[in-house]
Amino acid sequence: MKIIVCIKQVPDTKGGVKFNPDGTLDRSAMLAIMNPDDKAGLEAALRLKDEHGGKVTVMTMGPPKAEAVLRESLAMGADEAVLITDPLLGGADTWATSQTLAGAIRNMDYDLIITGRQAIDGDTAQVGPQLSEHLNIPVISYAEEIKVDGEEIIIKRQYDDRYHIIKAKLPCLLTALSELGKPRYMTPGGIFDAFKADIEVWNRSKLIDVADSDLGLKGSPTQIAKASDKVRKGGGEKVNLDSAAAIDYIVEKLVEKNFA
Amino acid sequence: MNTAEYKGVFVFAQQVDNVVSGIALELLGKGKELAADLDTDVTAVLMGSGIKDQADRLAAFGADRIILVDDPELKEYRTEPYTQALSEVILKYKPEVFLVGATAIGRDLAPRVCARIHTGLTADCTQLDIGDYPLTPIPGKETLHKQLLMTRPAFGGNTIATIACPHHRPQMATVRPGVMQRLTEDKGKKAVIDEFAVELTANVNYVEIVEIVKSIAVAADVMDAKVLVSGGRGLGDPESFAMLDDLAKTLGGTVSCSRAVVDAGWKPKDLQVGQTGKTVRPDLYIAVGISGAIQHLAGMEESGLIIAINKDETAPIFEVADYGIVGDYKQILPGLTDKLAKIMAARV
Repeated sequence: MKIIVCIKQVPDTKGGVKFNPDGTLDRSAMLAIMNPDDKAGLEAALRLKDEHGGKVTVMTMGPPKAEAVLRESLAMGADEAVLITDPLLGGADTWATSQTLAGAIRNMDYDLIITGRQAIDGDTAQVGPQLSEHLNIPVISYAEEIKVDGEEIIIKRQYDDRYHIIKAKLPCLLTALSELGKPRYMTPGGIFDAFKADIEVWNRSKLIDVADSDLGLKGSPTQIAKASDKVRKGGGEKVNLDSAAAIDYIVEKLVEKNFA
Repeated sequence: MNTAEYKGVFVFAQQVDNVVSGIALELLGKGKELAADLDTDVTAVLMGSGIKDQADRLAAFGADRIILVDDPELKEYRTEPYTQALSEVILKYKPEVFLVGATAIGRDLAPRVCARIHTGLTADCTQLDIGDYPLTPIPGKETLHKQLLMTRPAFGGNTIATIACPHHRPQMATVRPGVMQRLTEDKGKKAVIDEFAVELTANVNYVEIVEIVKSIAVAADVMDAKVLVSGGRGLGDPESFAMLDDLAKTLGGTVSCSRAVVDAGWKPKDLQVGQTGKTVRPDLYIAVGISGAIQHLAGMEESGLIIAINKDETAPIFEVADYGIVGDYKQILPGLTDKLAKIMAARV
């Protein structure tokens, strides 16, 4: 089975966020990593390959340095990697991003496309469903478990207070939750090979059936009016007391604020 | 696109099991405010099968008009039939603003619809305003008035961005549940009901629902609680949540938790507070053994009063806590619950 996994390189917000002296986010001081949901999606693809055979292709749109997450994917076991990079694509919102990915995927033959549910930088969860629409294939978002049975795929789809078991015909697109599986480690041999492997680099000219007016900042219906760092309210009192005094302290505050 | 043709504020009135979701009422509350600024009214789009009886509730919470799409194919949420139906409604009615809840349904439906009808979409908004775009005049660039300005956190809550959709309509946003305020219910209020029939086409995008498994109802919804006692991985083990249960019960509240606790399998996801869980703003939030990852803070920092108990004095939770106690919760909670219980008993 032929699987395409769409991944994104993102700044790691988990290990603490770094700020510049002026209070803005210092992206250069933060690690660039493979987006966690995407990595879970890649793991799911590799497991399907382990079980059914086939080929896993990873694809990312980004600046040239985004190549790093493609090499990491190859070291984990992906077979091929495609980097879509072109200055024309910069500043894309989710509409333009999904148009770009769709234009690239139209070059390829596939049974299944997996995207992460959402990226930790934008947190939109929009690119997967939008991509499926452009390609006119079914989407199943928030996938927690996957089983492939011949031409069909069976997916456990999470909702707020329930899950659905959904059956769809291939090809389709699913968006991966981290529950899909803990990503495997890169193997030493895999890392070695990954650094030698060829990565396909595609630019605008490779994108099929997409107008320039649907790409990059200019092709983005949404525009950023303002961006600023979140101002936190700041901590109040912090005390370090023995337990009896701590209890009295909390009780006093709760009584004062009418909670007790 | 002639953006002037598009009028009115519309909200997607999500229903599950034929009961309108709370988010629909929150969207109506916000929708009314936006409609006042735009000098227009609010329409709720209600879709499902046999859901007409839910219209009164939407009217009571502020809908001026209800577009009712009642079709057996819409009984359970599936992306494609809902996308077809909602796209048709939008193409026919041409709303200026369309709001959808940022739920597991809305975050699937809205992007697919926007991709079909070619408009922009802003995810997971926490604030919506009507104003100029650009916000302040830029020489050589036309200032558009009365635009929907959609504000949302990004980078896991580290930054906030305000987004506009100047040249496409409708201006669409998904809105985070628990943030907007619903109006006070007015049962006397009536709305115009437009029954709108759509012709749904079973195509390649249809999927089959084989089974629906509902999770066991939690005792209380953490989003409705006035008092939350929330536990993190710092508790050390799932059994210790009993101490939090006791404290919550004494304060008339309920228990919630951090993502780490859900990931560890100690508590169900329904109780998770944070960026990928629920956004809460109770009157009182007591964080126990929660270090305060930025994603957690994003889900609770608007709480009225925040008290944090943590062994690690450098824990980021202290940066949003009104009162921070550095210490071992095991030495504090039982005594605290006991003392509060006595105070309350004495008062009766």
